[in-house]
Amino acid sequence: MENIEQRVKKIVAEQLGVNEAEIKNESSFVDDLGADSLDTVELVMALEEEFECEIPDEEAEKITSVQQAIDYVTRHLASKA
Amino acid sequence: MGVLDGQIALVTGASRGIGRSIALALGQAGATVVGTATSESGAAGIQQAFDAAGIKGRGVVLDVTDAAAIPAVIGAIEKDFGTVSVLVNNAGITRDNLAMRMKDDEWQAVIDTNLKAVFTMSRAVMKGMMKARSGRIINITSVVGETGNPGQANYAAAKAGVAGMSMALARELGSRNITVNCVAPGFIATDMTEALGDAARDALLGQIPLGRLGHADEVAAAVVFLASPGAAYVTGSTLHVNGGMFMH
Repeated sequence: MENIEQRVKKIVAEQLGVNEAEIKNESSFVDDLGADSLDTVELVMALEEEFECEIPDEEAEKITSVQQAIDYVTRHLASKA
Repeated sequence: MGVLDGQIALVTGASRGIGRSIALALGQAGATVVGTATSESGAAGIQQAFDAAGIKGRGVVLDVTDAAAIPAVIGAIEKDFGTVSVLVNNAGITRDNLAMRMKDDEWQAVIDTNLKAVFTMSRAVMKGMMKARSGRIINITSVVGETGNPGQANYAAAKAGVAGMSMALARELGSRNITVNCVAPGFIATDMTEALGDAARDALLGQIPLGRLGHADEVAAAVVFLASPGAAYVTGSTLHVNGGMFMH
């Protein structure tokens, strides 16, 4: 089983059409990876699907970088376990 | 075999008038169609019409202003048929009155059904369409939204509002291959126009270059076009079906 960080990066790569090697934890979706606002919405949808969770809009808006996505998922999975 | 084979269409307000014609025309073009009505008897009537015409689909009860009920309907369609690929926002009401006499609730009822619900319905199908990287949202507006009409400040406001919203959505969703267009009927022969007196009818026909009222199936044909592969490059547009009474 891949860890959360790898799974998040894989999704980011797929959704934004960037090479996984270019994705750093501190990468901002919009500023570094070229996402537009609709891409970020889709990214959250993809994360919800991968990790089988619902991310409320007010939380989704705060997920603007790879690390923030990893942190959210980690917290969410921890609270579910 | 039809141009809409494999498509899943959702048509609001499909129990009579223009919506009924749209639902049947989409079905005859090959789409699976779910038509909504506000009453059980309306939904049953849709189901009957589908069965009689050999159309795959279902009549369902939905009050489009009941935002909480929408996700369940969309979810059921997804489960039973697949992701909605064509949404036709047709449901509409009138509460005509001169502005001086118009009550707040007359204003609000028309805005809630004819404008707000078009947004809520569209938002509800967007997720599936974005994932599918394709979709068609077709909003039924009105010539009245372009020209105005005395006694219909609420209706004209709602219809013009939908036209503006459609252009915004067309810009938002274009990159995902989702098109958003309007069909704006003029005066169509329905229960509503049948209620007009002879004098009013003659005055009306004088405004229409084609010299007659339109038929609901002529509106439906425009909707089928916008849903079809041939309209893939049309978005943010309004297709006027009005016999020439408004041109621009």
